[in-house]
Amino acid sequence: MAHWIIAFPAIAFLLVAAPEAKATLYDDMGGKEGIDRLVDNSIKSFLADPRIGKTFDDTNMVRFRTMLTAQFCHIADGPCKYNGHSMAVAHRGLALRQVDFNALAEDLQSAMDVSGIPFRTQNRLLALLAPMQRDVVTK
Amino acid sequence: MRPLLKILSVIACLTGIDAPVSAQLFESGRLLATTGVNQLEGAGGGGLVPWALITGYGTRDAIGGNVHGTYVWLPNFTLGSAGAAIGLYDRVELSYAHETFDTRTTGGKLGLGNGYAFNEDVVGLKLRVFGNVVYDQDSWMPQVAVGAQFKSTDNHAILHAIGAKSSKGVDMYLAATKLFLEESLLLDATVRLTKANQFGLLGFGGDRNGGYSFEFEGSAAYLISRQIAIGAEVRTKPDNLSFAKEGTAVDVFAAYFLTKNLSTTVAYVGLGDIARQKGQNGVYVSLQAGF
Ligand code: HEM
Repeated sequence: MAHWIIAFPAIAFLLVAAPEAKATLYDDMGGKEGIDRLVDNSIKSFLADPRIGKTFDDTNMVRFRTMLTAQFCHIADGPCKYNGHSMAVAHRGLALRQVDFNALAEDLQSAMDVSGIPFRTQNRLLALLAPMQRDVVTK
Repeated sequence: MRPLLKILSVIACLTGIDAPVSAQLFESGRLLATTGVNQLEGAGGGGLVPWALITGYGTRDAIGGNVHGTYVWLPNFTLGSAGAAIGLYDRVELSYAHETFDTRTTGGKLGLGNGYAFNEDVVGLKLRVFGNVVYDQDSWMPQVAVGAQFKSTDNHAILHAIGAKSSKGVDMYLAATKLFLEESLLLDATVRLTKANQFGLLGFGGDRNGGYSFEFEGSAAYLISRQIAIGAEVRTKPDNLSFAKEGTAVDVFAAYFLTKNLSTTVAYVGLGDIARQKGQNGVYVSLQAGF
């Protein structure tokens, strides 16, 4: 009996709460803290990558970090609004090729590994970023 | 890649061609596993089914390629395939495979002699028409390719005796491959126009049906990690010969991409009845090296 008294409200709570508690990608990436950690690790791996690191030589990294954080939070349905440049404008003039885009994707993947983001969650973020190839790659 | 680059540079110098022979031309710029695995007939795809992916890791600015060796152990036969495929600018794929179908002791029972082997050469051509399997995540659009496989076998007399119309044939196919990255799932659907009996190993056309038939092929692969995909395939085949029934081929597989240069696939394949021998189901092992 005692078990039921405890279990009943718990079950009722789950039934009521479950439909609303559908976690966003933002939640699954660890919220604000998770995305901050991911962006830190990502920037480290971009800059350390001999294939693309030099592209950021003239970049204001403070702004880049702020913008990338806002963008990830925004597209992952978090409580942020990205108000930086469009992807086409941000990468105009960098003459990026597909190989650069994929190199950055690989660096992001290893940053997500280091940040402890599970593989399936990684793919949900990558699925949102992949179509940006059309605007980022101009060469 | 270094030795190959050197050789190409030397050739370019000697011939006076000012070709862009740089490391960039051969850089493996696509993401791991997007090369797929060379299928039995040599095209990039799954084990049985050609996909719309262009073999190798070359982006639209580069060249990629793969060599493969595949072996299938069946109760009465063994099937081997070895070949090479090259992908040009993520647009065109050229492939070659040699298949050997060893009848072992069943050859004796069939009156062919023990260890009699059917051989087939397949030259493949594939053209990506539109779509990008990785980038098109915001629409339902798959990557789509058309292809042809030019097949020839060497056993005219025997093929004629079992009722096959020809020892040469051309398969044509249309493949649509879609990656649902959000679900870590890849699906392929391919339709093929073919006259081939048992992939062409038993010739083309037959006494029952001499013409082309439309066949369906499909693959589903679930990505467990960046390196490992598991999945299943199905491939319907014509049933042209009255001497032996031919059915649908299926497999379940696991592919492991160690690096962009090396992958291995193991599968359990069900090829059904072949040359009156029932239940030809067995283990498929493939090794692939490339860039
Ligand atoms: C999906 C892929 C990518 C995303 C989501 C992304 C995101 C961003 C964002 C949010 C900004 C800041 C825009 C602003 O300042 O308003 C930015 C700028 C920049 N990105 Fe990307 N980017 C991607 C691919 C790449 C690649 C492949 C490279 C180079 C290899 C690259 C290099 C840069 C550089 C150098 C800047 C700074 C440009 C400047 O200084 O104005 N990005 N990117």
